[in-house]
Amino acid sequence: MTAGSQPALIEIDGLTKRFGGFTAVDNVSFRVPKGEVLGFLGPNGAGKSTTMRMLAGFMIPTSGTARICGHDVQADAVAARRMLGFLPEGAPTYPEMTVSGFLRFCARMRGYRGSELQDRVENALRLTTLHGVRLQPVETLSKGFKRRVGLAQALLHDPPVLVLDEPTDGLDPNQKHEVRTLIRGMAPDKAIVISTHILEEVDAVCTRAIVIAGGRVVADATPAELEQRHPSGRLEDVFRDLTMQAAA
Amino acid sequence: MRNILTIAGRELASYFATPVATVFIVIFLVLQGALTFNLGDFFSRGQADLNPFFTFIPWVFLLLVPAITMRLWAEERRLGTIELLLTLPVTQGQAVLGKFLAAWAFCGVALLLTFPIVITVNILGSPDNGVIASGYVGALLVAGAFLSVGSALSALTRNQVIAFVLAVAVCFLFAVTSYPVVSDFLTQNTPALAAIARRITVISRFDDFTRGIVSLRDLIFFASFMGFWLFLNTVLVEHRKAD
Repeated sequence: MTAGSQPALIEIDGLTKRFGGFTAVDNVSFRVPKGEVLGFLGPNGAGKSTTMRMLAGFMIPTSGTARICGHDVQADAVAARRMLGFLPEGAPTYPEMTVSGFLRFCARMRGYRGSELQDRVENALRLTTLHGVRLQPVETLSKGFKRRVGLAQALLHDPPVLVLDEPTDGLDPNQKHEVRTLIRGMAPDKAIVISTHILEEVDAVCTRAIVIAGGRVVADATPAELEQRHPSGRLEDVFRDLTMQAAA
Repeated sequence: MRNILTIAGRELASYFATPVATVFIVIFLVLQGALTFNLGDFFSRGQADLNPFFTFIPWVFLLLVPAITMRLWAEERRLGTIELLLTLPVTQGQAVLGKFLAAWAFCGVALLLTFPIVITVNILGSPDNGVIASGYVGALLVAGAFLSVGSALSALTRNQVIAFVLAVAVCFLFAVTSYPVVSDFLTQNTPALAAIARRITVISRFDDFTRGIVSLRDLIFFASFMGFWLFLNTVLVEHRKAD
């Protein structure tokens, strides 16, 4: 069965966000079925994070709807969030908490208790190779570790939908490789959206790419298809063409 | 309920993980003690009661409670953790209530630590411990009222200083309206406002408790006061969380 024939776990319809007179996200629609890793590309300020915030139910859209596993993120927010692992932009965490204390808090909020809670936290620590720093306060960690704490929190409950805003930002090349391997490994069972402006990442992990510029979707194709849109066959050139056109 | 307690537990632990708890409790106890003994003439008035202690407590809370509440939501927004917290499977109301309860419990701890003064009056004389108990209940309710105001105003801004100043100012309004200077002025100039002011003032309600009167009316007043501000808090969080 191909990814396309699966029911969509993420459904976004005509999502629009205006701040005063400025339209940050303009009528964005897409669907992500199970097994797909969608790369969300675009220059800074294109509306990537705003779209992800609306998808996570954090920001209220001006118009349009977003559904996660069939649950509307505004009308049925708590049910939608149970199905979602979300890494917000900048991977915010409570600085004074220890890594395991923070993950235990998230696990409790997700309804785990006792030995199951312990197992979930251990598993998340293992997936993100954070075991060595689990007793350190988050504020003492380097940027790459903090990012992985945010990632661990998103993976804790093994959700069917993952929305990760720049999951590899600030990681060193080895860590990037680990995170990409992790995402690829989880991909068959989940619908994953990652935002990035690292184009090599799209080739490395994504099965599909959406390019967004000025709040609008300017391309929606597989990475291989996108690459053919420019004589050079390089994603970088395609990206520049698409986003410069939209800016002009 | 579980979510509320989990949030409250995390919040309370964070006070004690940072110097906030120590600084607050020490300053509270020193300030409250100094005012009671010096300005309140605790010893020289020669009476075995806690009136001087309770007279000053709303004013100490007025200054210190906003120092707790200023970070409740403003900090959460500045760090971006609000995005994390509110995308966990909780409702806004649960998050507001959890944070409020943590701050209230913390004030309760600070209040409990004033126990030596209760022991002192019991050694020196034979006070009416029922009145003292109802005074403590009243003090906890005043703290809760100020906390609910401060928590709501903290959701307005990501700047803690603004949150602090706003909370002190608004709490001051609810405190000062019970004083004759203000109520007389209002009665003479704007009688309509004076009637409202008399109803919403926090301190004259508290005075009933310090006299040993625990009335249902006062309890309902405090409950609805806190309910109103926490509802406002929830609305503000909902509308301003992503700004």
